[in-house]
Amino acid sequence: MAAMARSWATKPHIGLWAIGFWLVLAALPLIGFVTESPSFEYYLFMGQSMLIYAIAVLGLNLLIGFNGQISLGHSAFFAVGAYAAAILMVHASVPYWLAIPLAGIVCFGAGFLFGFPALKLEGHYLALATFTLAIAVPQLLKHKSIAGWTGGVGGVLLDKPDPPAFLPLSVDQFLYYVCLIVAMALFWIVYNLLRGRSGRAMMAIRDHAMAAGTMGIDTALYKTMTFGVSAAITGMAGALSAITVAYVAPDSFTLQLSISFLVGLVVGGIASLPGCLIGGAFIVLVQNSSQSISDWMKDAFSLRYDVPAWAIYGTLLLLLMFFLPNGLAGGITAIRGLFSRATQKT
Amino acid sequence: MLRRRTALLSAAAATFAVPARAEKKYGPGVTDTEIKIGQTMPYSGNASAYGVAGRLHAAYFRMLNETQGGINGRKINFISLDDGYSPPKTMELTRQLVERDQVLLMFYPLGTQTNTAIHKYMNQKKVPHLFLATGASKWGDPKNFPWTMGWQPDYHTECKIFGKHIVANHKDAKIAILRQNDDMGNDYLSGFKEGLGAGWEKMVVADATYEVTDPTVDSQILQIKNSGATLFMNITTPKFSAQSIKKVAEIGWKPIHYLVSVGASVGAVMRPAGIENAQGIVTAQFAKDVTDPRWATAPDYLEWKAFMDKWNPTANQLEGSNVSSYISVHGLVHVLKKCGDDLSRENIMRQAANIKDLEIPLLLPGIKVNTSPTNFYPIRAEQLARFEGDHWTLFGDLISADAG
Amino acid sequence: MEFFIQQIVAGLTNGAIYACVALGLVMIYVSTDHINFAQGEMAMFATFLAWAMIDAGVPYWVAFGLTIMVAFFGGLFIQRVILKPLENAPVLALVVCFIALLSIFNAIAGMIWSFTIKQFPSPFPSRDLFGNGLVSAQQLGVVAVTLVMLGLLTVFFRYTTLGLAMRAAAQNASSARLMGVRVSWMLALGWGLASGIGAIAGMLVAPIVFLDPNMMAGILVYGFAGALVGGIANPLGAVAGGFIVGVLENLVGSYIIGNELKLSFALVMVIGVLLLKPAGLFGRVIVRRV
Repeated sequence: MAAMARSWATKPHIGLWAIGFWLVLAALPLIGFVTESPSFEYYLFMGQSMLIYAIAVLGLNLLIGFNGQISLGHSAFFAVGAYAAAILMVHASVPYWLAIPLAGIVCFGAGFLFGFPALKLEGHYLALATFTLAIAVPQLLKHKSIAGWTGGVGGVLLDKPDPPAFLPLSVDQFLYYVCLIVAMALFWIVYNLLRGRSGRAMMAIRDHAMAAGTMGIDTALYKTMTFGVSAAITGMAGALSAITVAYVAPDSFTLQLSISFLVGLVVGGIASLPGCLIGGAFIVLVQNSSQSISDWMKDAFSLRYDVPAWAIYGTLLLLLMFFLPNGLAGGITAIRGLFSRATQKT
Repeated sequence: MLRRRTALLSAAAATFAVPARAEKKYGPGVTDTEIKIGQTMPYSGNASAYGVAGRLHAAYFRMLNETQGGINGRKINFISLDDGYSPPKTMELTRQLVERDQVLLMFYPLGTQTNTAIHKYMNQKKVPHLFLATGASKWGDPKNFPWTMGWQPDYHTECKIFGKHIVANHKDAKIAILRQNDDMGNDYLSGFKEGLGAGWEKMVVADATYEVTDPTVDSQILQIKNSGATLFMNITTPKFSAQSIKKVAEIGWKPIHYLVSVGASVGAVMRPAGIENAQGIVTAQFAKDVTDPRWATAPDYLEWKAFMDKWNPTANQLEGSNVSSYISVHGLVHVLKKCGDDLSRENIMRQAANIKDLEIPLLLPGIKVNTSPTNFYPIRAEQLARFEGDHWTLFGDLISADAG
Repeated sequence: MEFFIQQIVAGLTNGAIYACVALGLVMIYVSTDHINFAQGEMAMFATFLAWAMIDAGVPYWVAFGLTIMVAFFGGLFIQRVILKPLENAPVLALVVCFIALLSIFNAIAGMIWSFTIKQFPSPFPSRDLFGNGLVSAQQLGVVAVTLVMLGLLTVFFRYTTLGLAMRAAAQNASSARLMGVRVSWMLALGWGLASGIGAIAGMLVAPIVFLDPNMMAGILVYGFAGALVGGIANPLGAVAGGFIVGVLENLVGSYIIGNELKLSFALVMVIGVLLLKPAGLFGRVIVRRV
């Protein structure tokens, strides 16, 4: 796994594949100008969700995949980012494009602070401490002392930003591009971060913290910084989610969300940047497809009960882990490896 | 934009002389043979106990389709999706239903935060957002949200009725409140405050909250008992209603006990809590309690029973949601029948806003459904009931929200 | 004063519940070095099996025994069939498997038995023990069963060869294998035991919180907190941790911060303890070879 990650992050140039892929993503909303399909806007909304989850998974991956700190509490940072953006936009009339990075800064602070106790915790202990964080945050958000800002249990409603007048875009097209630009910027930053000195230090800590320490890496600083950056990235995903859904409420940020991020991460591929995008798409698609499979099974076998979609979801996860324990990106790499070996032989 | 729409709507409603069976006019999701209806429901997650409602609706529409060929010759294609009680998921699924699946309307989506998330969207898209399964009081606002209509008596009103009843009957009581720390708890509390009026300051001696994630409310019950209260206002959801009723009995506390209707299901609360512990509790109802022997021979009860046995056999018939969702589906069927062949979204709202004295099976005698272009609260009256033996027994008169 | 004592008693009862759940977690941790997020749902499922048996007319204690056995073999089965093929998979892949199991158990229980709460009978009478509303037989029973379980487990791990072999298998698999321990089966046995303990926990909890598929969700969090506070590698510590969390949560909730912040308090407690004593209050620091 480590070798795979390293080959990815230290590759000398961004592959043509990656550039092509992002270009395709950028071109998708343009279909809107030729299609008459009323569901197109809905697909764009799904695209926004996928990008948002991909960014959240990217943040988590930086922490887990590249620095070896397990977090089950990233829904908390997602929530803080979403609330920060919503409160800034509603109470301080901050424009959306400024609210997103500001939310990132707030989350960086929160993550950096949480990184200090996390320093002392390893593996399972850290996982469980962050697990409690994920459960505590929704309750903190609705506490009466800050209800004036967070709207208490009712949450905060906000307005979706309008596209600038000079762009002939619909709201959903425009928001898709907002998400895409943020995603591209963050993936690019992370890509460069990982290629540089800090990235090598982060991965050295993951692979062997003590050895990294003896080589003169300030492990405490790097670990807290990574926690902060990871929280900032996930927080910006939260800010985007607040803007695209136009509503934040405590019930939106349950432990279930943290679990979704983790599942997206593992299914996409640990320590893989393209895996983050796969994971983001998986989070959105798999729940909907579980529902469809459930409906189909009910009709096909004329069952008396509904087969619960979550049982199907669980089974899908189990099968994936059985056959692709390194995630889909890992699977793709493995297949590419087979191919290149085969071609070398001939 | 919104205001113009409102004007149009109320103008059209005012001149409701247009015969119902005009020429065919179809909104999205309607054909000569089918009407598509959407819904979001928490089939999973913390609130999954409420999923009962969606299952009943699916069973009812299946029954309509198979025995009567649907409504006015059109089969109902009912799509009910699991949002896990998460607002962003509700938004995504609602957009899927409205934009991709092209449903005619959204019926009985459940939850306050979840409906808040889609409130603005539904009104911008001008899709009927009918008969919401939530008791928040903000759904009856035809001026600003002409496409959204609530259904059941709202929490605020219900607790206001309790407050008034307490002031009239137990004016020396010391009141302790236990409530869920969410929007339901808040709405009930504000109504209670209004109902007590000046009594609020004087009478309330304890106000404890709990979270849905708390394993038990034992500690809270001890706290409020310790306040010296003689009257217990119990604002809880089923699992915690059952826990608190049991705990109150266990510690030998005997307060006058008021319980909100959300937690007053016989099958889901009273029986598990132990009926000997539940004697004398007061609640408010708008629907018949199917365990009350008084209704055992009523035709609407028998009809419901036959339907449940045949079409929804896996459901627990003592669960209160099976009654309230049965009532709500009749509301929708009435609106669709009235629409005749004009199944445009405008006409759906026009008919929904012109229900006159509609009687629905299992509503308490005397309760009639009424709406108008300025009144988007279909059910407005409740009656108090006391738990006696193994069922609720009604007492007093119907209390309507306007009078209350 | 009476109120204070009542809160402590209520806290001890809750604490006993957390302790039971924590014991199951410790069991899996000690014997397989994993943290099983599906522990709560497995316990819930076993409790539903017991409920179904009792509902069908089986006497309580027969159902009790049968359920523990079914749970034991169920745990064994899960380890052999689902987790064994993943022995060499990354840790996170296992975490995802636990999440998958959690979803499956929860959803299937909901499908079969619905999400409406059910009454679960208790072997102990719920009425007052001393006539002053302080301690009920039910509460005392839960505490007693927890302590008995703890005693049995301590004896098992400390004084039996099998217990020693299980500990060895988890801590250093390759050395244990060289000593002739059948490591893979030891792991399976650990799962079986944990699942059995979970079933007992579920059957103790259900009369108090009522049985439904989401019954364990809230409890599991406090169970984790208890295990972490006391030390997750140590049964005695986990039980003590469970009691501490239960009592402090009630006292702090009633007297200091109010009920809204109870869970946040648990979080603070977990992080505080881990910072000061990373192995938990009663844990020993394990020195690692590098």
